[in-house]
Parts: sequence; C-alpha cells; structure tokens
Amino acid sequence: MTVHSFQEHFDKKIGSDVSIEPRDWMPDDYRKTLIRQISQHAHSEIIGMLPEGNWISRAPSLRRKAVLLAKVQDEAGHGLYLYSAAETLGITRDELYDQLHSGKAKYSSIFNYPTLTWADMGAIGWLVDGAAIMNQVPLCRCSYGPYARAMVRVCKEESFHQRQGYEIMLTLSNGAPMQKKMAQDALDRWWWPSLMMFGPPDAESGNTEQSMRWRIKRLTNDELRQKFIDVTVEQANILGLTIPDKNLKWNEERGHYDSGVINWDEFWNVVKGNGPCNKQRLDARKNAWADGQWVRDAAMAHAEKRKARKEKAAKAA
Amino acid sequence: MNDQKALLQYTLRLADDGLILGHRLGEWCGHGPILEQDIALTNTSLDHLGRARSLYQYAAAVFNALPVADKAAFFTSVAIQKEVAEETAIDEDDLAYLRDGWDYRNVLLVEQPNQDWAYTVARSFFYDSFNSLFFKELSKSTDQTLASIAEKSLKEVTYHLRWSSEWCVRLGDGTDESHARMQQAINELWAYTGELFTMNDADAAVAAQGIGMDLAALRPQWKELVTSVFEEATMAMPTDAWMHKGGKDGRHTEYLGYILAELQFVQRAYPGMEW
Ligand SMILES: [Fe+2]
Ligand SMILES: [Fe+2]
Ligand SMILES: [Fe+2]
Repeated sequence: MTVHSFQEHFDKKIGSDVSIEPRDWMPDDYRKTLIRQISQHAHSEIIGMLPEGNWISRAPSLRRKAVLLAKVQDEAGHGLYLYSAAETLGITRDELYDQLHSGKAKYSSIFNYPTLTWADMGAIGWLVDGAAIMNQVPLCRCSYGPYARAMVRVCKEESFHQRQGYEIMLTLSNGAPMQKKMAQDALDRWWWPSLMMFGPPDAESGNTEQSMRWRIKRLTNDELRQKFIDVTVEQANILGLTIPDKNLKWNEERGHYDSGVINWDEFWNVVKGNGPCNKQRLDARKNAWADGQWVRDAAMAHAEKRKARKEKAAKAA
Repeated sequence: MNDQKALLQYTLRLADDGLILGHRLGEWCGHGPILEQDIALTNTSLDHLGRARSLYQYAAAVFNALPVADKAAFFTSVAIQKEVAEETAIDEDDLAYLRDGWDYRNVLLVEQPNQDWAYTVARSFFYDSFNSLFFKELSKSTDQTLASIAEKSLKEVTYHLRWSSEWCVRLGDGTDESHARMQQAINELWAYTGELFTMNDADAAVAAQGIGMDLAALRPQWKELVTSVFEEATMAMPTDAWMHKGGKDGRHTEYLGYILAELQFVQRAYPGMEW
C-alpha cells in the first residue's frame, strides 16, 4: 500500500467508527495529538493525587480516611492505565515523566489550587471528579482503542469518586453552621476553576476541530461545560449552597443555564505556572522521582543478579 | 486488672498498632518511588486501617458495657469522660480521635517515621513477620470476635509479609547503596522489635483466659524467619542489645504526639460534629 492508501484506510475506519489499534497505520499528527492528550491526562491523575493526598492524614473519621485513601489510590491506578495506553503509541513512561518534570508536558491546572479545609475533599470529588466524568464519558468512544478502553475502566471509578465527594458536601451542608460555611467556602473557591477544566472556549480552542474530526473528541469544550453547569446547579440546590455566579440563570429558550464570564486571564496565568501551588505540586513529583532513584536502581540491579544466577545454574545443570 | 478491662486494653493496642502503621504508610501516598509500589503500599495501609476499625468497634462495645465508674476512669480524655457522663455510647472514631498519646497503646515500632524506602520496608518487615505468627495464634483465641478478626487478617498479613520480605531482599541484594541503607534501617529499628514480645499486665491477663498468648514464646520462630530472609538479602543480623519499650503502657516516643496532632486536628477544632 502507498502512504495515500494507508491514509484512505485510516480515514475509512474513522468514518465508520472502527477503532484504531496500536499496530494500525496512523498519521503522525494523530499519534502526536494522542500522546499529548493521554499523557496530559495521566499526569493529571498523578499530580491530582497530591491535593487530596494532603488530607489523608487529617481526615476527620476513620471511614473518611479509608475512603479518601482508596480514592487517591484509584487515581494512581488511573495514571497507570493511561501511561500504559500512551506507551502503546511508542513512548516510554520514563520519557513521559521527563516531560512532566521538565515542565514540557502539562497537567490539569485545577490541581494547582490548594486544599485548605476538609470541605475541599467534598468539593473536589463533587466538582473536579464530576467535571472529569463529563470530559471522560465521551472518551470511552474515542477512536483510539487503548485510550477508549482505559477510559471505560476509569469512568466506572470516577462516579464513585463523585458520589463520595457529594456525600461529604451533603454531610457538611446538613451539619453545624460552621460546617455549612466550610462547604460554601469550598464551593466558592472550586467552582470557577472547575469550569476551566473543560478548556478554553470553542472559539479559541486550536485543537478542538481536528480532534473532533479524528473522533478523539466527541463534544466541544463549551458543550461539555454547559452540560456540567446544568447538572451541577441542581445538585447545589439540593445542598442548599449558592454557586458563586450572579449571572447564573435558567434560560427557558435555550433549555440551559446562562452563566457569567470565566476569568480566562486567571486560567492562562495558572497554566503558565503562576497558580498558588504549581511549584509545590511539581516539586513533590520531582522529589518523589529523585528520592526514588536508588530504589529503582536497586530493584533493577537485583533483578539482573537473579537472572544471572539463574542462567549460571541452568548452564551448570 | 479485671478481665473486661484487660480485654479492652489488649484490643485497643491491636487497633492502635493498625491505625498508626496504616497512617504512616498512608503518608507515602502520592510520593512513592514507583507508581505500582505507591499503589501496593496504599493497599497495605488500607488493610491495617480496616483491621483497626474492626478492632476499635469491638473495643468500643467492650468499653460501653463496662460499669460507669470504670468507664469514667479508663481514659484521661475530657471528651470521652463527657460522653460517659452524658451516658452516650462511644464509637470507633471517639477512640481514634479523642484519646491523647498516653492512652494510645501501640508498640513504638509502628510510630517510627518513614524516613526512606528502606526504613519503611524494615519497619513493615519486622511487624509483618511478627503478625504472621501472632494472628495465627490469635485465630485460635477463645474470644470469638478477636478470633474472626485474626482469621481475616491472616490472609492480608501473608501478602504483607511477602511484599516486605521481597523488598528486604531486593534492597539488601541490590546495589551497594541500597544494601547500606537497608542494613542501617534494620540496625536502627532492631531496638524496637523487643517490645513486640514483652508481656504487660493486659497480655498476662488475656493469656490466662486463652484469649491472648505467651508472646515471648513466638520469638524463637520469629527470629528464625527474620534470619532466613536476611540471609537471602545478604544482610547481617543485628546483635541483640538494649530494647526500647513503653508503647504498650502508653509511654511513647516523641513521634506519636505529632501523628495525633495531625490525625485528630479536625475533630479537635470542631468538636462533637458528624463528618
Ligand atoms: Fe481519576
Ligand atoms: Fe481523570
Ligand atoms: Fe477521580
């Protein structure tokens, strides 16, 4: 086949929703886009362990402690599936880590905000995992097979994450006045960054169009954001909490909520590295990696020794 | 010490061991050297925490059934004494979040800091190897609740011991650096292994009833187990010297206070609320 017919074959598969598998021919840009997106997603899972990991030692009950620990562990598992999916595209996990540590690769900027009270564990589960689900459910039908399959596993766990977060918010909202205040304060701080998780508006999102054509993306940033707002407003009402947006109003004609303008300057500023915790988050990962070097070296050295001994024994026999 | 109070003290110690070690292992979450190991350690942390919860629930039931005068005098905790005065039953969280260090009964070993991967592995290995023998005995306890908790724990402990033994071997027989770090961790933590086999009043009382056991009798077997793993790991067995103890009687190292300060912070700052 010529490159031309490879391309034709690929286009036909995309057009008829047949998934692309690692050994299939694919255009370079498709591969690059996927590596960028999957690795960003994997890094987000790993960095995302940190703001919640903060509170494992301080969780206010044994049940909450165990649930939070299990939740953060799930995120590590998500990172693992996603790094594996990225590896099928011909890049190693170590290379991906290098890109993260050097600042070349990005991760979701929401994790650059601090977790200041216990209610933040509720708000993150409810809003951040909630937004992640909105983003990820369509990815279960993404054209790249390994990514789509990883997302199926991830999404199952994300809905448990959202439930546990919402349940924390519910408990706080129905609790003492200071607990309700804590919940409102967390909503105030996490609401806008959660909306930013869907990425820049469609008009300014460079990659959206191509990604939609490749069926890596199924819905635009603004469509997903709108869906998220619509369901979340209802959930906030049940909690008796106020979403910090004066312009939030049901629009009968559109059948959606209208909402205020997002502060995109803040978003880009955080992406650029100026969020409250960018440095701490990245340093934590870099330190974990650097401090673990001797451990990985030891594991490698030991495995080699074992192998050598086995071969020697086999020869002697 | 009467039987129920001894049972309570004993159960609490086992619960405290689990909570404090689970807490320590949880500190690694997000910071491990290898992603897969981060996950493995969190699993183990969850096992210790889960066992601790079952034990606290049992301890709370035993406590709630004590005569009021005994209850009022049992813990030096303002919050628990208040609950006793108000005749409310206490629960697992009251035990974990409202006792000060001197009412914690865990062995000193489990509260030692993580330091690095070698210390963490060594601490777990000493404890897991002890547990593998201890829970086997405890599963034969005349106390049905403890026996069934022990039975369930045995499966987990078998996995924990495999994990920590393998890492002992990997680090001991890895690079020069890992060997040196592992040997140092073992040498330093050795002084905290003696307490695992000491018998305090509660131990003696429950042993006499067939609930507990003679801990000292477990030591020869434990030493054999440790020796065989250290041999494979090409590490030298530490020489027996001074052994620290006190945790079982509420006299801890300085580390426990900091653990509790963090663990209990929310409950202390916002007392009496549901979370
Ligand atoms: Fe996740
Ligand atoms: Fe995610
Ligand atoms: Fe999640």
